Amino acid sequence: MCEKDLVIVGAGPAGMAAAISAYESGVRDILLLERDQYLGGILNQCIHTGFGLTYFKENLTGPEYAHRFIKKINAIKEIEVSLKSFAVHLTNENVLTYIKPGALEKIKAKAVIMATGARERTREMVHIPGTRPAGIFSAGLAQKLINIEGLLPGREVVIIGSGDIGLIMARRFILEGAKVKAVIEIQKQSRGLTRNVVQCVEDFGVPFYLSHRIAKIHGKNRVEKVDVVRVDEHLHEVADSMFSIECDTVLISVGLIPENELIEMAGAVIDKKTNTPVAQEINKTSIPGLFVCGNSFKIYDLVDSVSKDSIHAGYQAAEYIRGLG
Amino acid sequence: MKSVPVFDVLVIGAGVVGAAIARELSRYKLSIAVLEKEEEPAFGVSKSNSGIIHPGTQNPAGSLKGRLCLEGNILIREISRELGLDFKEAGELIVAFTQDEIQRLLTIKSEAETLGVPGLKIVDMAWLRENEPNLNPEAIAALYAPSAGVISPYRLVYALCENALKNGAEFYTQTKVENIIFTKPGFEIQTSKGMFKARYVINAAGLYADETSAMVGINDFRIAPRKGQEFILDNKKENLTNHLIFPLPSKVSKGILVIKTADGNPMIGPTAEEVEDKEDFSTTEEGLKKVFEGARKLVPSISQDDIIAYFSGLRPASGDDFIIRYEDKAPGFINVAGIQSPGLTAAPAIAKMVCGILREKGLQLEKKEDFICEREKPIHLFNISLSETEKLIKQDAGYGDIVCRCEMVSAKEVQDAITAGARTMDGIKFRTRAQSGRCHGSFCTTRLMKILSEKTKTPLTAITKSGKGSEIVKGERVSL
Ligand SMILES: Cc1cc2nc3c(=O)[nH]c(=O)nc-3n(C[C@H](O)[C@H](O)[C@H](O)COP(=O)(O)OP(=O)(O)OC[C@H]3O[C@@H](n4cnc5c(N)ncnc54)[C@H](O)[C@@H]3O)c2cc1C
Ligand SMILES: Cc1cc2nc3c(=O)[nH]c(=O)nc-3n(C[C@H](O)[C@H](O)[C@H](O)COP(=O)(O)OP(=O)(O)OC[C@H]3O[C@@H](n4cnc5c(N)ncnc54)[C@H](O)[C@@H]3O)c2cc1C
Repeated sequence: MCEKDLVIVGAGPAGMAAAISAYESGVRDILLLERDQYLGGILNQCIHTGFGLTYFKENLTGPEYAHRFIKKINAIKEIEVSLKSFAVHLTNENVLTYIKPGALEKIKAKAVIMATGARERTREMVHIPGTRPAGIFSAGLAQKLINIEGLLPGREVVIIGSGDIGLIMARRFILEGAKVKAVIEIQKQSRGLTRNVVQCVEDFGVPFYLSHRIAKIHGKNRVEKVDVVRVDEHLHEVADSMFSIECDTVLISVGLIPENELIEMAGAVIDKKTNTPVAQEINKTSIPGLFVCGNSFKIYDLVDSVSKDSIHAGYQAAEYIRGLG
Repeated sequence: MKSVPVFDVLVIGAGVVGAAIARELSRYKLSIAVLEKEEEPAFGVSKSNSGIIHPGTQNPAGSLKGRLCLEGNILIREISRELGLDFKEAGELIVAFTQDEIQRLLTIKSEAETLGVPGLKIVDMAWLRENEPNLNPEAIAALYAPSAGVISPYRLVYALCENALKNGAEFYTQTKVENIIFTKPGFEIQTSKGMFKARYVINAAGLYADETSAMVGINDFRIAPRKGQEFILDNKKENLTNHLIFPLPSKVSKGILVIKTADGNPMIGPTAEEVEDKEDFSTTEEGLKKVFEGARKLVPSISQDDIIAYFSGLRPASGDDFIIRYEDKAPGFINVAGIQSPGLTAAPAIAKMVCGILREKGLQLEKKEDFICEREKPIHLFNISLSETEKLIKQDAGYGDIVCRCEMVSAKEVQDAITAGARTMDGIKFRTRAQSGRCHGSFCTTRLMKILSEKTKTPLTAITKSGKGSEIVKGERVSL
């Protein structure tokens, strides 16, 4: 088993900012693990602008924002980067196991920062009844298919939930020549940022159904239509309000859940509702020397806040390591 | 005109029943064809069930399904060993809440003992507290059947098919039987992929067995689908229960169960609803409600927040029992129909019974000396230790290339699944578990599509979820 001062899991904006900040706070033995084949995390697929407005006072695309950090990381030789490296096990003594093509490595770290981001809530988690044909995607998967793989997931799209990813994908589909037939949101207000509602939905004349809920998905091999109902203030179905929309694709955009299975495995206390660590202080967990930052600590609307808090996490980890002597 | 070969035996349907029959027949010097309308085996009833290997309780005394269930429960152990499957003998508890219900347990127990179910005993409250701490504290006793277990239903079908194939059986997928002509002797089977000929035809078409039987003029039974909705919970909750927990059975079903699947996820269900449509695989809000009510009665701490997947299956029921018979009106045609629960359990015994019928009706069954009874156990990182994983990664770097984050599936496992026959995203899911975890494929879909596309030389746009018409994407991006 080898030893490291600091291991950071996840090289999205959070992990990268934490690594740089830990280095700047004096840590000289840092390993940054990323399961993907490139640095940058989810930002790589966010090719729209709107990033960096507060942190850099500039309007950047996701990849541009990430690139500013990637350049820095690559310039610091004390930060060892390991790509295609998937952390699979963590103990309460910060012994971390990761797998990469050709090797399984076990490391004892003085401190660990988890920056593993978030996953999307699924159709199953909101219990949408109906069939399970092809054509049902999480909004982020649709984004990856279009922006990274160059594929068009569907031509007639209904978006469930008005989270930012879903709103952004409404515009993305329209720009790709697809038809967005509706955005359906159970609450009275959009969950997403106002600028996304305006720029991605209203400007394109997409029907936006607030206080509506999807009641059923139809289709055998491929999605054929969805049933929609109106709901009252208690979110109960309003009688006789059902109507159907024909479509070949359903995007699910009903929020993100912090990805914290590893710290849970290590025995850190987790809030079951939010899947976030329970601790006295920001970025900490109930396990000494185990820190969490970015979307895995809490879901942030803006990447700028992710960077800010992750810098704090890097600093905290450095303090902790120094305290060990 | 090209001459069409005549198969000794032709099996319609590659569900668990057809697959078990094909494997059993492949022990003998016979030419065998299995025709399946779907893109892959196990895409019918056999993919959506509880995966329980029932002990034989809860079957009417003297029923065919009771006898075959009991026999199947024994045979499945040997099959699992030979074919490298994980059969887990979890044991089952039928739970009673009142004194009256204890009386019913005693009746079930004595009926099952007459049938020959081994090891049954009544356990008391103290035993339940000790061994099943999350069980409803109002439960006062249970009937314990130790021989109950679980298996992965689709992996059982794939194992049987792969082994039958290895022993010479031929599989034709995307081949739908459309008509059967009785050529006295023998049959001409018209399909969506052309004509087949066979001396004997075995009808194991699941939900459609009535329709295929009618093709040879036998139409004295009808398959009435009975829907069962099931809900799978996050495997973080794998310690919810230790045994398979059953309520007392009703007339039509075993009730809403709380079990743990062979892969470790708790699963609750199924409902039992008569439906008309053989393709109605939808789940409903009422179903969800019913299943949670039933499951919470047994294990009150079950929460809707833990749902990660749900599905519905249709039991191909026809009356109360299985219909397994040689049709004298169409000599050479054997119906294996109405294989409702416990059909998964009974399948190996059904296969032996069908062989017996064939022998009795004059088919020569001569054992092959070179029958290969074993199949190499496929590797699944999710059920081995990290130190074993480490060894594998050293042998083949592909085991270190993790594709599915929730279930820890490597690129190598996906490639092996494709080599073994997976052609669709569902086929990969059933074989490897990739896409079946809590993120539901959001993370791994694109990577899986690429591996499938490369290995099968299929364009990405033609990759399907479960066969033609279920393409994942609608096309390539065309910049405007
Ligand atoms: C579609 C979308 C649109 C957005 N739009 C905007 C916007 O317009 N403006 C804005 O300011 N913000 C936006 N955001 C928010 C912003 O992108 C996120 O808040 C930010 O990317 C979160 O950073 P993170 O580093 O915490 O997570 P991520 O970027 O998700 O990075 C986590 C990293 O951890 C890696 N990882 C996870 N688990 C492991 C493991 N076990 N082993 C190894 N590596 C692992 C992952 O591969 C990933 O690279 C958007 C987000 C999304 C998803
Ligand atoms: C909700 C539910 C829970 C269950 N739980 C259990 C359990 O826990 N334990 C247990 O033992 N049993 C259980 N069962 C029962 C079990 O699943 C079935 O008995 C069994 O799977 C039936 O297998 P089969 O091969 O007959 O049918 P299928 O798997 O449906 O196979 C028939 C095949 O024939 C094909 N086919 C149909 N028509 C044609 C045609 N014209 N041409 C070519 N191919 C055709 C179909 O595509 C299909 O693949 C359950 C069933 C349900 C629905």
